[in-house]
Amino acid sequence: MIEARNLTKTFKDKKRGIITAVNDISFTCRPGQIYGLLGANGAGKTTTLRLLATLLQPASGSARLAGFDAATEANQVRAHVGFLAASTALYGRLTARETITYFGRLNGLAAATIKERLKGLADELDMRDFLDRRCDKFSTGMKQKTSIARTLIHDPAVMIFDEPTLGLDVMTARSIVKFVRDCRNRGKTVIYSTHVMSEVEKICDVIGIIHDGRLVAEGTLAELRQRYEETDMEEIFVKAVGGEAALVAALKNQGTIP
Amino acid sequence: MNWQNILTVYLKELKDSLRDRRTLISMIVVPTLIMPIIMFGVGTVMTKVVRQARSEIVSVMLLGGADSPGVVAALKADKKFRLVPAVADYQQLISDKKVRVAVELPAGFEASLKGGGVPTVSLYYYEGELKSGFGLKAVQDFFTSLKEKTIETRLAERGLSAAVIKPFVIRKQNVAPPEKVGGNAIGGFVPYLIIILCFTGAMYPAMDLTAGEKERGTMETLLCSPVHRINIVVGKFLMVLTASLTTVLLSIVSMGVSAALGVMYFGGKATSQSATSALVGQAAEGGSIPLIDPVGLIGVAALVLPVAVFFAALLLAISLFAKSYKEAQSYISPLIVVVIMPAVIGLLPGVELNAKLALVPILNLSLVCKEMLSGVWHWDYIALIFGSSCVYAAIALGFAVKMFNREDVMFRA
Repeated sequence: MIEARNLTKTFKDKKRGIITAVNDISFTCRPGQIYGLLGANGAGKTTTLRLLATLLQPASGSARLAGFDAATEANQVRAHVGFLAASTALYGRLTARETITYFGRLNGLAAATIKERLKGLADELDMRDFLDRRCDKFSTGMKQKTSIARTLIHDPAVMIFDEPTLGLDVMTARSIVKFVRDCRNRGKTVIYSTHVMSEVEKICDVIGIIHDGRLVAEGTLAELRQRYEETDMEEIFVKAVGGEAALVAALKNQGTIP
Repeated sequence: MNWQNILTVYLKELKDSLRDRRTLISMIVVPTLIMPIIMFGVGTVMTKVVRQARSEIVSVMLLGGADSPGVVAALKADKKFRLVPAVADYQQLISDKKVRVAVELPAGFEASLKGGGVPTVSLYYYEGELKSGFGLKAVQDFFTSLKEKTIETRLAERGLSAAVIKPFVIRKQNVAPPEKVGGNAIGGFVPYLIIILCFTGAMYPAMDLTAGEKERGTMETLLCSPVHRINIVVGKFLMVLTASLTTVLLSIVSMGVSAALGVMYFGGKATSQSATSALVGQAAEGGSIPLIDPVGLIGVAALVLPVAVFFAALLLAISLFAKSYKEAQSYISPLIVVVIMPAVIGLLPGVELNAKLALVPILNLSLVCKEMLSGVWHWDYIALIFGSSCVYAAIALGFAVKMFNREDVMFRA
């Protein structure tokens, strides 16, 4: 379970002054569901997920994950969360086995437990061939598998995915999507951020559209289709953020486009 | 603080660093090789050059002296000199290193000596040029001995004994033990080297473990783990400290081995005044290899510890601020000068330890090492230096922890 309540995050920027990256966001993700956070680049997806993973502290508002408060029980939250992002890389000079074992230890697992879980994960993800090779020699697919095993070693109840398919080839992206679905089927709470409309349509049970730091729409795909009277996710998205002009204005404001 | 987690982080960083070529070079290769290179490379070249200069037959140009055949014959007979015919632009020839020294004998030199006059012999040489300097000394020795002979002759003519002008004899006796002499000679040099290696040994792992991790994207992965951040910082800090101390330790061991081999290698032929061979010469005189007080080395190691902590924490904090390895390098490279400056000041003769200087980081270490290696123990200063170094180290470590907890530093965009 993830419960975000009025989360707000501000940053100081030399040129633009105080920026509100996340503005009063509230939502709930339930176990056995995939919550899709859809937004353009710079909309505030990564910041929201970093707030949930306790990597950042909110300016105001609160979040509870797996029954723990993100502000006061940050270590407990991280112990029950698996965080996988395009920006969470692997140690190139360690082997896959060493990497996964390291994160098992950091999660306070006993050596025997780590060994047992590692074997299970390696079988499940088909990693046996490259388990004892260094990560810097891996293909993207092998890296992703290792990263997945790394996030799962402590069997977290909550999974946070921040654009996990970004820059991946089709086959690797598909295997990630399959893995995300598996997590849901095992009853985990999953939150998944992306800017790819088709991914949201395919896998998310509940969709939250984030724009300019605000959650502008939320609901199942069917509910959103009904509300915006569109079937195509992209059209729904553009309508939800207030039209193309609003999208362009927001992108200009953050400096993504001139 | 959870030592289990700190150990986990530390062991991982150790394994990771030992697989990093840059860290290995700065931690193991450089400190092991630098002393032998200095001792044998520079030492060999220096002794060779000096020996050559000393054994060279000095080309001397004689100006005048036509009416002083005795002196000219004596000069000619001396195997140390080779007389060259006089030319007008002798000064140019000396500058061009074709002639080492020119001797100008005044007209009627010998007659003047016999008659009791005070003629002037002018020697022309090139100041600062090694071979010209040696040549000058040889010529000077020649004329000094001529002077003494003349004095004896004049005294004898007047029926006086040589004791008239030699009322007493001066005898010089060295009371400094060999290690004291060695300590003074290399006491400044050893801490200088140790301070720099202590810094460079910590430099690469500090950058790799912070800015390097950010650049490669593993920092965020690490921060997702439930380990409290202070444990991560301490684990990383211990790794940087390990690298720094390993560098220092290896350099000290390498220094000891080089000195021992140096004594064997240069021992017999070290007669020059050059710094390196002079040391070895003294060591040979001392009869034993440790020309520096071994207890002093333990003292140096004890005082280096807080300074290594200071460097490790400071480098960690600074490179943590950088987004990439390159950015970290541009912050840290100028710091080398800041570190070398006080170490060099400690090398200067005449800069002595006092209460104020004992509070200046790095310089205090440099100065006290010089004293300890020559067997002088000012316990009050040593306590003051150890105490102040610990305070600086604690401040730096606190700073590193603070930086690690700042999300604008950790997630600098």
